[in-house]
Amino acid sequence: MTLNSKIPAGPLDKKWESYKSTCKLVNPANKRHLDIIVVGTGLAGASAAASLGELGYKVKTFCFQDSPRRAHSIAAQGGINAAKNYQNDGDSTYRLFYDTIKGGDYRSREGNVHRLAEVSANIIDQCVAQGVPFAREYGGLLSNRSFGGTQVQRTFYAAGQTGQQLLIGAYQALERQVALGNVTQYSRHEMLELVIIDGKARGIIARNLVTGELERFFAHAVLLCSGGYGNVFYLSTNAMGSNVTAAWKAHKKGAYFGNPCFTQIHPTCIPVSGDHQSKLTLMSESLRNDGRIWVPKKQGDSRKPNEIPEDERDYYLERRYPAFGNLVPRDVASRAAKERCDAGYGVGASKQAVYLDYASAIERYGKVEANKQGLSNADARTIRELGEGVVKEKYGNLFEMYEKITGENPYKVPMRIYPAVHYTMGGLWVDYELQTTVPGLYALGEANFSDHGANRLGASALMQGLADGYFVIPYTLGNNLADDIRTKAIPTNHPAFEAAEKEVSDRINRLMNIKGKESVESFHKRLGKIMWDKCGMARNAQGLKEAVEEIKALRKEFWSNVYIPGEVKEFNPELDKAGRVADFLELGELMCLDALNRNESCGGHFREEYQTEDGEAMRQDDKYMYVAAWEYKGDSQFEMHREDLNYEVVHPSQRSYK
Amino acid sequence: MEHYHMNLTLKVWRQKNKNERGRFETFQVKNISSEMSFLEMFDVLNEQLVAEQKEPIAFDHDCREGICGMCSMYINGRAHGPWHHTTTCQLHMREYKDGDTIVVEPWRANSFPVIKDLVVDRSSFDRIIQAGGYVSVNTGNAVDANALPIEKQKADESFAAAACIGCGACVAACPNASAMLFVSAKVSHLALLPQGDPERKTRAVNMIQQMDKEGFGSCTNIGACEAECPKGISLENIARLNREYIGAVFSGSGEGNA
Repeated sequence: MTLNSKIPAGPLDKKWESYKSTCKLVNPANKRHLDIIVVGTGLAGASAAASLGELGYKVKTFCFQDSPRRAHSIAAQGGINAAKNYQNDGDSTYRLFYDTIKGGDYRSREGNVHRLAEVSANIIDQCVAQGVPFAREYGGLLSNRSFGGTQVQRTFYAAGQTGQQLLIGAYQALERQVALGNVTQYSRHEMLELVIIDGKARGIIARNLVTGELERFFAHAVLLCSGGYGNVFYLSTNAMGSNVTAAWKAHKKGAYFGNPCFTQIHPTCIPVSGDHQSKLTLMSESLRNDGRIWVPKKQGDSRKPNEIPEDERDYYLERRYPAFGNLVPRDVASRAAKERCDAGYGVGASKQAVYLDYASAIERYGKVEANKQGLSNADARTIRELGEGVVKEKYGNLFEMYEKITGENPYKVPMRIYPAVHYTMGGLWVDYELQTTVPGLYALGEANFSDHGANRLGASALMQGLADGYFVIPYTLGNNLADDIRTKAIPTNHPAFEAAEKEVSDRINRLMNIKGKESVESFHKRLGKIMWDKCGMARNAQGLKEAVEEIKALRKEFWSNVYIPGEVKEFNPELDKAGRVADFLELGELMCLDALNRNESCGGHFREEYQTEDGEAMRQDDKYMYVAAWEYKGDSQFEMHREDLNYEVVHPSQRSYK
Repeated sequence: MEHYHMNLTLKVWRQKNKNERGRFETFQVKNISSEMSFLEMFDVLNEQLVAEQKEPIAFDHDCREGICGMCSMYINGRAHGPWHHTTTCQLHMREYKDGDTIVVEPWRANSFPVIKDLVVDRSSFDRIIQAGGYVSVNTGNAVDANALPIEKQKADESFAAAACIGCGACVAACPNASAMLFVSAKVSHLALLPQGDPERKTRAVNMIQQMDKEGFGSCTNIGACEAECPKGISLENIARLNREYIGAVFSGSGEGNA
């Protein structure tokens, strides 16, 4: 099968416009007879389901949580990008497009990224109309801040809870459609299989997580909006329940998986404190607007941070990357932190941490505030107090979160931070219409591979999820469903549904009957350690080959020695988790194979063999300027298909933030 | 912070499903680090139970960073435990010392039936939102985001109300199991913004109607909801909701959609 990305012809900035003007439409009377399944209710899923419901389609939504509002988009902190140029600082659609392409280290499609930049402005308008309370200036207009990898202020935010506010906006739009009867919502339901009839996605098998019953659902099209797979690493900033299962089932049924090794390690997370740790907590990238990152200049310096004088501190990001300073993209900042810690300059008990220091920001803001209040001779303490007040307003909830977890007051002592797994740029391969290689199956948001290349810029995940759901899928789905208006609803006693349900129940029974000795949790932790050590922030061929063998062995052990308590037909979180970990044990192998195949360093994928003299990622554009789309061919068998990336407008170069 | 380890006695509510009677069961956990979160301590207990081939304790949790609203434990008589403005997942074990006994129950309210152990059904909250907790604006209808300036103070107050995570601690803490803080947070969030203004009357009336229909109790101004709310949602919102509701009813335009 050759991959057709279906990028419309024409100049870059006219592609989407011309697609929208010429795509096929479905008339309202026909929409009422077309069923759509949406799996996952985060920003992509909720916005898609609400928008499609408004158009008149019959929508069913599924989420494993107890309410659509819990989806992990809720935890996104810092903001959402949009090319509004409200700050008059030189922003434009083209700049957002260019920053995203460059930030992704030239491994994404120009057509997709330009469309994303075009619709970004509509997203902010839509959210404000829904009542999303973005931060505002005293004049009543919207406020912006900076994020990594850009030199303009285009990030809209609501304190450190932007994802929450955007998701609640989308959730409310969704609940409105539920009330109107256009959407039926299935909470505490998990998709466990895709149903394909005559080559098209026509439904799913879902498990009711309260009763344990398997249920069948038909649709003319299935949308996977099920998020990323960072939890393959066990420790990540993802929610405990975030998983790859829906996407992985689709992959095994024919949907290609794009660039699975592209993982984003976020530079600013609270460091691991012990073996008990169940997840890692992010400290928003927005903190790098004002915080300065440093380590001591002396190796193994055990003094307290406040005892280390200014000239004995190494502000290594400002030193290495003067043009972008503390606001370099995430992959660059993460590697730089790892480099310092590996070289023996790390801080804290584990020495696997660097400082994120607010002292100079507090002083700077304090002075401004003192001037505003007309205090010409304010003493240091007053300035500090005033400055802390400003910082509290901007980042208060993040500082509180840090203090609850670590027991330290970040207004007084610099935060200790370290990189952690955060986001996956890889995902199901989709064309310009967000359709996977299985006709009728679409992937939106983090679940697809599309727009971020090898590294995502901060505040762009929210933008992409909402772009896909509000502004892309309503057009592209119609273009395809226009050919499906004669298809009557297929009854769920169709043999394909029977077979899919049997597959799921056999698998569940197999899991329950292993009756081994080791817990699901323990297997998950062991997988995570392999992935982090050998397919994490730095990778090499030797390690990746070892990882593949170790994962295979671990998977074998899992299927012979896992113990799952309880019954199938009841609320059984251990069983839910077992199914997810079983899928991670397969995905992990594919990630390592993909990382092994890609003999270059780009974005978040850093192969130690391919670096410049000063330790920067070295791409091999002549060999790897393509998307690796993997086809499942049976147990441990994957075939790679290439989608070559053609740059017509941007000229790829060695990425520099110096 | 000084780290230490502790042994604890836990009395935890066990209930097989919503129809069977529940009871307290006592467990011992050993060598718990003061650096663990409360839920990580539960992870340790559950791993211990699985190792003994016993059924682990079911509890709701997801983001573990205080924002999804899924976690919901009633700890020593307090919703989300003793820390101010904190969800269960953010409570850390340095709160406790060696030898302590901790009692853990689910949210207790008729409108939140127990599903299993510490897990309850909060779908009534979704239905209250469905009754009017939104602005009726379809995708694509919006004008430019800066077309309408909004007073910063109003926007900030709206945001403070919108910070509600829908966890249900307010209901669990209230002796009447009232959902007024939850409802008032949503009504306030939208009523304070010009975008929410056109529907403010029907919204207040319909959401209150749905709240009553779900069987939540009445508000008698006790204030336990505000005290236990992990996001600091203020009682002022309830006062605002009352004004909105009365305004709607007396203006005759708040008949609702029913």
